[in-house]
Amino acid sequence: MIRLPALSVLAPGSLEEAVEMLATHREAVVVGGGTDLVPNIKRRQVGPGVLVSVMGLPGMSGIRREADGGVAVGALTVLRDVADSMEIPDAVREAARSVASPQIRNVATIGGNLCADTRCSFINATEEWRAAAGPCLKAGGDVCWVAPKGSQCWAVSSSDLAPAAIVVGAAVSLVGPGGVRSIPVADLYRADGMDHVVKERNEIITGVAIPPQDGWRSTYLKLRRRQAVDFPILGVAAAVRLDGGDVVSAARLALGAVSPAPIRVPGAEAYLEGKRLVPEVIAAAAELGARAVRPFDNTDLGSRYRKWMTPIFISRALERLAAPA
Amino acid sequence: MIGHEFSVVGTRRPRVDAGSQVTGRTVFADDIALPGMLVGRLLRSPHGHARIIRIDATRARSLEGVAAVLTGTDLPVAYGILPVSQDEHTLAVDRVRYIGEPVAAVAAVDADTAARALELIEVEYTPLEETTTLWEAAEARHLIHGEGVGPNIHRSAALEFGDVAAGFEEADHVREDLYDFRGSTHAALEQHSAVAAHGPDGRLTIWSSTQVPHYLQRALEKVLEMPAGAIRVVATPVGGGFGGKTDPFSHEIAAARLSIETGRPVKITLTREEVFYTHRGRHPVLIWLRTGFRKDGTITAMHLRTHLDGGAFGSYGAATLYYTGALQPATYRIPNYKFEGVRGFTNKPPCGPKRGHGTPQPRFAVECQLDAAAGDLGLDPVTIRMRNLVEPYSMTVNHLRITSCGLRECLDEAVAASGFREKHGNLPHGRGIGLAVGAYLSGAGLPIYFNDMPQSEVTIKVDRGGGVTVFSMAADVGQGSTSMLATVVGEVLGLDPAALAVVTADTDLTPVDLGSYSSRVTFMAGNAALQAAENVRSRVFEAVADELGTTAEVLVAEDGRISVEGAPDKSMSWEEAVRAAVARGGPLMGSGAYRAPDLAGPYKGSGVGISPAYSFSVAVVEVECDADTGQVQVDRVWLAHDVGRALNPLLVEGQIEGGVYMGLGEALMEEQAFRGALHRGPSLLDYKMPTFLDMPPVESILIESVDPEGPFGAKEVGQGPLLPVIPAVANAIHDALGVRIDEVPITPDKVVRALRDLAKGGSGRVGPDGIPAFDYGRLIRVDPPEGFGR
Repeated sequence: MIRLPALSVLAPGSLEEAVEMLATHREAVVVGGGTDLVPNIKRRQVGPGVLVSVMGLPGMSGIRREADGGVAVGALTVLRDVADSMEIPDAVREAARSVASPQIRNVATIGGNLCADTRCSFINATEEWRAAAGPCLKAGGDVCWVAPKGSQCWAVSSSDLAPAAIVVGAAVSLVGPGGVRSIPVADLYRADGMDHVVKERNEIITGVAIPPQDGWRSTYLKLRRRQAVDFPILGVAAAVRLDGGDVVSAARLALGAVSPAPIRVPGAEAYLEGKRLVPEVIAAAAELGARAVRPFDNTDLGSRYRKWMTPIFISRALERLAAPA
Repeated sequence: MIGHEFSVVGTRRPRVDAGSQVTGRTVFADDIALPGMLVGRLLRSPHGHARIIRIDATRARSLEGVAAVLTGTDLPVAYGILPVSQDEHTLAVDRVRYIGEPVAAVAAVDADTAARALELIEVEYTPLEETTTLWEAAEARHLIHGEGVGPNIHRSAALEFGDVAAGFEEADHVREDLYDFRGSTHAALEQHSAVAAHGPDGRLTIWSSTQVPHYLQRALEKVLEMPAGAIRVVATPVGGGFGGKTDPFSHEIAAARLSIETGRPVKITLTREEVFYTHRGRHPVLIWLRTGFRKDGTITAMHLRTHLDGGAFGSYGAATLYYTGALQPATYRIPNYKFEGVRGFTNKPPCGPKRGHGTPQPRFAVECQLDAAAGDLGLDPVTIRMRNLVEPYSMTVNHLRITSCGLRECLDEAVAASGFREKHGNLPHGRGIGLAVGAYLSGAGLPIYFNDMPQSEVTIKVDRGGGVTVFSMAADVGQGSTSMLATVVGEVLGLDPAALAVVTADTDLTPVDLGSYSSRVTFMAGNAALQAAENVRSRVFEAVADELGTTAEVLVAEDGRISVEGAPDKSMSWEEAVRAAVARGGPLMGSGAYRAPDLAGPYKGSGVGISPAYSFSVAVVEVECDADTGQVQVDRVWLAHDVGRALNPLLVEGQIEGGVYMGLGEALMEEQAFRGALHRGPSLLDYKMPTFLDMPPVESILIESVDPEGPFGAKEVGQGPLLPVIPAVANAIHDALGVRIDEVPITPDKVVRALRDLAKGGSGRVGPDGIPAFDYGRLIRVDPPEGFGR
């Protein structure tokens, strides 16, 4: 068994206290269910020294239908509850259900999954393995083993929820020393494997707001080797608003696990507007979407296969949305 | 026994240790905690190939809480599981040969201190050029060992049985194909663990999750330079072995030495990552296979070449090499057969035996090629196999003695149950069904070290209250060997197996059994137990005959009573009978032993592949393939297995299902993969094995050919059922999509590549396209055995 390093775990009694603790302890990070952070600490990928555990904070979990028809999801709502709730739009529900295993979904939170660290076959390994490989950028070295000529980290956004939350137009609310702010999930990420969220260290996600889905249909498809446990090696979230029966009036397409941040594909989205989801249209949109993708060989099954699969998965997602409800 | 129905054999019973297993009460090695116990850890090499210039453990030794630090020079004696491959050291002496090779060992008061101590050991290396592929090894530029038969060549073999050239002359059709089996690891649930305690009396006890307590004792005797009699090895219940716990290991020897040095018990439990480096798993094998057929599908000649990537050390590799050539003639009558093979060293963790030991790789090749040949000849996969099946009670061209053989029945029943004939070639695109066969040993015919003693011994002691204790060194590795011993003894003595005590795998207490490997325990320990129980029963019957005024010949033991057959009123309870026997003859004990008959053929290398009996299996696999993504879902598996006699059908089915699971994992996912010398992902997240959701229903079909030499006719089931699964998957994918993936594992990217090739007018094959030329050494020509007629 790999042991955790010595670290302090603080248990604040209120959100205010949690924010204060994060401000006081400059090494501290927030921990919710810990299913992403704790294994990373064990492997010494990160060494925060202090954890501020928000899991016990009141009022931060649960799913509530708002007056306007939107849904408010507490940041600490576990993925099992997200997956089981009929209030949650399909893409997000399907994404939550696809995460890991029942045991992990009982503990992992929606806020935690949205912030889950990027992954790479050169970083998600023990300290000893990384020493044998030679440390990469993200491990404190000076080269990215995936793209050695560049100076950027290509660790992959591995959140199933991220692309799904983007296509349903969700936003996260954050609280920090500067007060409260709201950021669309679409703007939460940066294309930098080493610093992939715009959330500051001392900010805490308190909730996820999903706007009303009038006329929208959404879905999420996940590529992985096995039917459980595995992280996505491609995640396709798609949403369309169908007006007048079957004409697309608006579309959103987000691709996960092929880049340090989820990829939006405005070209494909714009192309779909005003069209019916007939096979030729779906194929053309899938080609446009796949053009945006240039995966590296740093996950299971490699880059070429994931590139090949991208148009197929986009097509399948759109076909699913085209099918009568 | 005449006219006597079995009362225990053939009945479905849970394992005798089922209760403690499922309630978490079983004490595995890592569960052991002794007063004053220290935690041991191994420092491992970060280099694939390097010279050790300097090791300085001064700072580690002076860290508070560190009790001892060992380096290579503290344990200078070399060892290895095979007498011919004594090429390992507990801790690397002046060179490291793979990433993860142990370099130093520490014992400290707790795990954190031990980890800190490892960080304080300074090792200076000079990296050397790494050899990481078979191609490089065959080019022989960078020496990993001075040992072996050539530079980086551990062993080679060249054998010809009959006249292969003449056989090919007779052929109407010849196929030549290349296959690549990429290699996998055991990934047992339990990580290796050992606890060693050296006492003030000078005796050493080691509790270890080992499949081979006897061989571990021998290795400790050699390396520690202690008399074997001062070393007690106890094999704890093993949480899965599959061949991965059949070598003596660094952590075992280091724990022992650290305990000797500190006078305190020392436990070393490997992390999951360390288990991947410890390995000894399935060899990657590159295969060239040429087979000649008559128009009707009859095989006229077969020529097989295997190139094994052995990793950094010998391990069982000399045997593995010969195993790749040994068992093809055990399923099919091959009149002329030639085998050439080579095992090379590379800077990777050492390969060794994994379930099927060297035989699944060529089995994959042979079964895939047979399907391809059937297609060429316009035959179906069943017919081409039926034309070539080995006959019961026959000799093979390479001098294997086949006794009982239910292969034809296996094929008939699996084909009928699965609807293979109706489905094959007739399912919609994307759905397919595939079939393959296999055979495996019921125990290696020879021990790994030369001796003329029994391979298995069992003793039984009966107390005055009628309690029966069975003593055997067979290690229960989850296969149920303890239950098997209770079943055999319970049947003979007419007692409930669950009521017997079975003491196993303890070199102080139990008579020798060579270990749980080569599927030998049911056949060999089972026969020894049968004999021991019969000896006890003879004593009891004599006493009862005396008491009842009759003769022993008319007595039967059943349901806890000894009675005159056909006259149940003339009987005594087991307890009364035992007391009568003790009163007449003193302590009631019995012993039994088994040694396989001398079966070796007249040639060097004939010691590998011989067995007192062979099991036979047929797998049918039905798949649904996604023609866009290349993903393969296995819908159902039918597995017919000739087990001789199912001593306990429930446990036989358990072994079949486990073998199918492991076979499917190897067929579709599992690969011990490297980037250069570096393991690609030594974790259970990165090393893909099927989850519950990936596992299909398995229909087990038991065929009982009743072997004349097996205990109650029983043969093996632990390994054989895996063999046909892998090629059956490949053949099913071909039936589904028309593509041939001649490379295991068959991952979705390979399927898509093949489909794209097919769409472009190509052959739709993915697989190797070459094999390096190699000198396999002097060809040994062997005449077929007498009576091997045409």
